[in-house]
Amino acid sequence: MNPVIDKVAQWSQEGKMAALATVVKVERSGPLGPGTSMAVSEDGQVVGSVSGGCVEPAVYEEAMTAIEGGEPRLLSYGISDDEAFGVGLTCGGIIHIFVERVDW
Amino acid sequence: MAGLLSRWHAALAEQSPVAVATVIQGPEGSLGGKILVSPEDHTGTAGNAELDKAVVETARGLLEGGRTETVHLGPHGQRRMEDVAVFIQSFAPPPRMYVFGAIDFASAVARVGKFMGYRVIVCDARAVFATRERFPSADEIVVAWPDEFLKTAEVDGRSVITVLTHDPKFDVPVLKQALDTPAGYIGAMGSRRTHDNRTARLKEEGVTDEQLARISSPIGLDIGARTPEETAIAIVAEIVALRTGHSGGRLAERSGPIHAAAADTRADAKTGRERA
Repeated sequence: MNPVIDKVAQWSQEGKMAALATVVKVERSGPLGPGTSMAVSEDGQVVGSVSGGCVEPAVYEEAMTAIEGGEPRLLSYGISDDEAFGVGLTCGGIIHIFVERVDW
Repeated sequence: MAGLLSRWHAALAEQSPVAVATVIQGPEGSLGGKILVSPEDHTGTAGNAELDKAVVETARGLLEGGRTETVHLGPHGQRRMEDVAVFIQSFAPPPRMYVFGAIDFASAVARVGKFMGYRVIVCDARAVFATRERFPSADEIVVAWPDEFLKTAEVDGRSVITVLTHDPKFDVPVLKQALDTPAGYIGAMGSRRTHDNRTARLKEEGVTDEQLARISSPIGLDIGARTPEETAIAIVAEIVALRTGHSGGRLAERSGPIHAAAADTRADAKTGRERA
């Protein structure tokens, strides 16, 4: 019933490593609310999304890093301060995303 | 912690309520601690037994209302401390939409309700109207007197009740019954005349003004809807607007953020997404 968890469970059965990225907080205006998630498999498949497409490429990289290193991370993506946050959201909000390797 | 994922997946597949708590901020090494919480049991750990106890307790409370939140606790689950941030996501079964009156409008409302993620239950006393052919998208079709049926139906704060019969014989008793439930939305269809007549009858039956204020009547936002489909859109738009506390005008004619800061935090199991 949840396409992201469905896919993650399927990867797990196939013996594939994966990482889960979940929106845990949205400040000001954000396209998708807390609980929205996206997952990435070790062979580069993606399911779900965490924004309107603005930060997915960056989150994809973070997910890959989590799969390799195993360290979970809380990331923030926000407005204007592109240097600090790496990528920006066009809608002017800040989203906080937790990225973790699926090892549970 | 092996097995948490498969239990999580199974709970979602069965549409049984489940919350997932994850440590997203805290002392070195605690990050990523995870507990899957159901009303009956739990699996996994946030780090230590005391913290687990506090997290499980909090998660059950949030799960009951289908809410998703980040909570702050001490390293051993202390309440008034902020060292550990735990993100708790509720995956609640779909909220229910009750549609009374198996008219053409009801068919459109049932379809749109389904599209919105509701479990749609259509009820009418007339077996000839309450049929599967007329309501292919409904989850349940019940032939019964609406008020009798509603007495035993499961209704919670996320449930919506739409009364489309616009026949006082049916709608006055079912609306009275609806007011005895914790439903988050109660709407009744009808012209201004039907509305005035119905209001008078409800008052005769002892319904107070305060109770009447809970009923959206005539039902729906004012978008000039005429067809069943347009009317169904007007009704679900009103349901969303009331839940989020928005007024329902044009964004083009307004300034400020589109997604309110005090975003509604009810999730539904279908998407696992917040309805912000």
